[in-house]
Amino acid sequence: MTSRKYLVLASIIVFASTGDISLSYGMKHVGAISLARWTELFAAVLNPWVALGIVLLLGFFAAYLSALSWSDLTYVLPATSLGYVLLALLSVWLLGEKVHLTRWIGILLVSSGVGIVTRGPSATHRHQPEPEPAGDQR
Amino acid sequence: MSAASTWCAIAGIVASSTAGDVLLSRAMRQIGHVGELWRRAGLGAVLKAIVTHPSFLLALFFMAVSFFGLLLALSWADVSLVVPATASLTYVTNALAARLFLHERVDRRRWLSALLVCAGVAVLAA
Repeated sequence: MTSRKYLVLASIIVFASTGDISLSYGMKHVGAISLARWTELFAAVLNPWVALGIVLLLGFFAAYLSALSWSDLTYVLPATSLGYVLLALLSVWLLGEKVHLTRWIGILLVSSGVGIVTRGPSATHRHQPEPEPAGDQR
Repeated sequence: MSAASTWCAIAGIVASSTAGDVLLSRAMRQIGHVGELWRRAGLGAVLKAIVTHPSFLLALFFMAVSFFGLLLALSWADVSLVVPATASLTYVTNALAARLFLHERVDRRRWLSALLVCAGVAVLAA
């Protein structure tokens, strides 16, 4: 794994969680939309926070596609699940939610899963072993 | 709406979102390292390779199905059940599907990691 690849994984985490936070914040301002008036969902896009959330999630999608082009799905998904941890922390700092003991246990479980998978290889199909950061060609 | 139909919707969301992720992964693997393609042929070539890839288009279809499935399930049950249930189950089904359809080597390390994340997500949203 090169440092650039870690940067792509980090942007998946950051874009996904900030995008979700922005969407959530925007939709709380828009208010509940009933299924009978589902067309109001299209108007919700005009809310600046929802629009920002969509832009951030587009950034997430670009980084996700890039990561899948050089990594296994079973590597990318657990490795980027730190986003759930970041989402929990951001919802405390930005949205003022309370984090209980059970959530900290969840954060610990997700983090240990991430720690375990990122110590292994990132891709199955390789003609040569993945160079370590020391062998970074860029 | 009954619990059975909620769980059917959850199963449908999990299945379609797994299909979407696996197809997306297959498309991107066939296209190859996008960073290298970008340097070699430009951003236009990368975008064209992605949006004209059949697996990518099929992936988009399944992702749309899972999104509308989610809206449907949310109209029947609480978000605190639907979102964690689908998110954490998807880690396990993705590991199975990646092994079966993408022939990824899902070793003990990856299984352990998928199960830890699955449990963690379930606890986080509880």
